Amino acid sequence: MADQTLPTNAWPANAAPSDLISPGRKRLGRTLMAAATLGLLAVIAVQILYKTEVDTIGFETWRPVVYAYVLWGVALGIGQVLTRGEDGQRALFLLPALLFTIAMVIFPTLFGFYIALTDWNLSSFSGRKFNGLDNFWQMLADPYYRNALFNMVLYVLAVLVEYVIAFGLALLLNAQIRARKFFRVVFLMPLMLSPVAVSWMIGKSLMEYRFGPAATLARQLGWENPAFFSNPITARISIMVLDAWTFIPFMMIMLLAGLQAMSREVLEAARVDGANAWQTFWQVTFPLMLPVSVTAIILRIIFKLKLADIIITVTSGGPGGATDSVSSFIYREYRDRSNVGYGTMLAMAYLIIIIVFVTWLLKFANRFVRNVN
Amino acid sequence: MSVQTTEYAASEIRSPASFFANRVFIYGALVFWAFICLFPIYWTITTSFKTAVDVTQGHLIPFVDFRPDWKGWRSLGLSPDSIFRTSTVRDEFIKRFMNSVITSVGASSLAIVIGSLAAYGLTRYRYHFAWFKNEDISFFFLSQLILPPVVLALPFLVLYREVGMLDTRIGLILLYTLMVLPIVIWIMRDQFNSIPVELEEAALVDGLSIWGAFFRIVMPIALPGMVAAFILAMVLCWNEYFFAALLTSTDAKTIPVMVASQTGSQGINWWSMAALATAAITPLAVIGIALERYLIMGMTAGAVK
Repeated sequence: MADQTLPTNAWPANAAPSDLISPGRKRLGRTLMAAATLGLLAVIAVQILYKTEVDTIGFETWRPVVYAYVLWGVALGIGQVLTRGEDGQRALFLLPALLFTIAMVIFPTLFGFYIALTDWNLSSFSGRKFNGLDNFWQMLADPYYRNALFNMVLYVLAVLVEYVIAFGLALLLNAQIRARKFFRVVFLMPLMLSPVAVSWMIGKSLMEYRFGPAATLARQLGWENPAFFSNPITARISIMVLDAWTFIPFMMIMLLAGLQAMSREVLEAARVDGANAWQTFWQVTFPLMLPVSVTAIILRIIFKLKLADIIITVTSGGPGGATDSVSSFIYREYRDRSNVGYGTMLAMAYLIIIIVFVTWLLKFANRFVRNVN
Repeated sequence: MSVQTTEYAASEIRSPASFFANRVFIYGALVFWAFICLFPIYWTITTSFKTAVDVTQGHLIPFVDFRPDWKGWRSLGLSPDSIFRTSTVRDEFIKRFMNSVITSVGASSLAIVIGSLAAYGLTRYRYHFAWFKNEDISFFFLSQLILPPVVLALPFLVLYREVGMLDTRIGLILLYTLMVLPIVIWIMRDQFNSIPVELEEAALVDGLSIWGAFFRIVMPIALPGMVAAFILAMVLCWNEYFFAALLTSTDAKTIPVMVASQTGSQGINWWSMAALATAAITPLAVIGIALERYLIMGMTAGAVK
C-alpha cells in the first residue's frame, strides 16, 4: 500500500541503483513499514473501542495516537530508504512536510466538516448531537453573518487605497534621497509590531475619545465629536486605518523591490523621447510594475481575509456588529456561546467562499496582466 | 537589496526652483510618513512613564509637559526600585514572555527544517504522489496560505482537547508551524532555484551522498535565505493572537493574549498597559532594526523575477 502512494522518482536513468538493493534489505524495509502501519491501526482501533466503551483497555486521551502517527512516519521514512535506496532518500526530503501538513490540515478540515453538521456546545454536558443541515439553514438566516461578509468586502476594497499609498511610499524611497536606509527601517517598523499591542496603542489610547492625541487633533481640525468607534461608518474606517497602518509596509517593500529591479534604460529612453515625469510614470513605470503590483495586492488580500485580532481587541465587533470580520464574528460566537458546531459551519462556509474568490482572483489577475502587457 | 544611486534624477529637473520644490515635497512626504510610523510608538513609550493625570490631560513631551514617573513599569515589577523585589505581575509577565519566545522560536525552527527539506526536494527532484506531480505538491503547500485560522481553530480546539494538548506550548508550536510553512517553502524554493545544480552534481561525482551534498554544499549557500525565512516566521508567530486566544488559557498563554486581556474592573490602567505594550513590541522592534536586510529579502522572495 505504502509503495503506491509514496513519491517515486521519475527519472528512468536513476532507477538503476535501486536494483542494487539486496532482497533481504527490501524485505526488512517492507516488514518495518507493514509493522508500523499495523501498529498505528492497532492503537487507533484500541482507542476507538475504549472510547466507545466496548472494552476497558485504552488510554485516557488520544495522545498515544499522535505518538503512534509520528512513529509511523519515522518508520515509513526508514522503510523508504531501505526498500528504494537513493529514491527513498529523495522521498525523504518531502516526506516530513507532507505528513505534517496532511495530519494538520486534511484531517482537521474533514473533522471540521463533520462538526459543522452537529449541535455541539462544549460547555454543556449533553455532548454533540448530529443535526444535519440545521446549522446551515441557521447560517443563511443570520443577519450578523451576512453583515460580517459584507464587511469583508469593504475591508478587501480598502486594499486598493493601501496599494496607492504603498506605491507612493515606494516611489519616495526609490527617489534620490539621503538617509534611505533610515527611512526604510522606519517605514517598515509598523509591520513588526504585534497587531494586538498596536490596537491597544492606537485604537484604545491614541484614538481615545477624551484625551487621545488623535481625538485632540481631530477636534482642532473641526470635527466636533471625534468618537472614532461609536458610529458604524467611522468605526469601519478606523479599523481599516489601523489595519492599513500595520500592513502598508508589506506592500511597500514588495513594490520597492520591483522598482529597484526595473531597468534604467527604459526610463532613460522615455526621458530622451521627451516624456515628462507624469507621462513616464503612467506609460512606463506603472505598466512595468503591474506583475509585482498584482502579486502584492493578492498577497495582501489573502492576509486581509484573515483579519481578526485588531477587531477583537479594539471594538469586539461593535458598535452592534458593524465592524465584525468573519473571523472575529466566529470568535465571539464561540466565546459567548461556546457553540462549536455553528461556529464551525460558519467557518467552513467562509472557507468555501474564500477558495472560490481567490481562485477567481488568480484567474482574473492572470488574464489582466496578460492583456495589459 | 542594493541601494542604487539615481544619477538621472537631477538632469530630469528643468530649473533650480522646481528642483528645490521637488526636494521639499519628497522630504516633506518622507518626514510626514516617518512621523505617522513613529508617533504611536513614541506615544506608547512615553505613556508608560505617565501618571494618571498626565494621561488624561494628554501631555506629550517628557520633562516639558510632565515629569516622567516609573508608575507603569513599577506595576509590571520592572522599574528600578521594584526590580529586586518579588512581584507576581513580573513573574507572570516573564512566564508569558518565555511562552512567546519558546513557541515562536520552536515553530520557526520546525518550519525551517521541514520547509527547507521539502523546498529542496521540490526544486531538485521529480516526484509522483499518486496522480500528484511536483507542481501539484507545491500548490498544495502554498495553498495553505489562504486557509484562514478560523477554519482550523474550532476543530483544533476539539482535537487538542481530545489529545490533551489544549493549553500546551507544543500544541501552539505545531499550529504556528503549519501557519508559516507555506511562507518558508515559498522563500526557500526561490532560494534553492537560484543555486546552480552543477554544484551538487560535482559533489555527487566526488562521492557525497544526496543528503551529504545537501548538508555540506547547498545548505551553507542557502543560509541567508534560511535566516530570512526564519525571521519572517518569527515575526508572524510572535504577533499571532487568534490561535493563542482560543487554544490557551493559563499555562501556554503568550504575550499578545496577555496584552489583550488587560482590562481591569476599574477601567484601563493606561500606564501599565503602555509598559506592557512596550515590552511586547521591543524584541521585534530590535530585530526589525538589526536584521532589516533579511526581512526585506524574505518578503521580496519570488516577487521580482
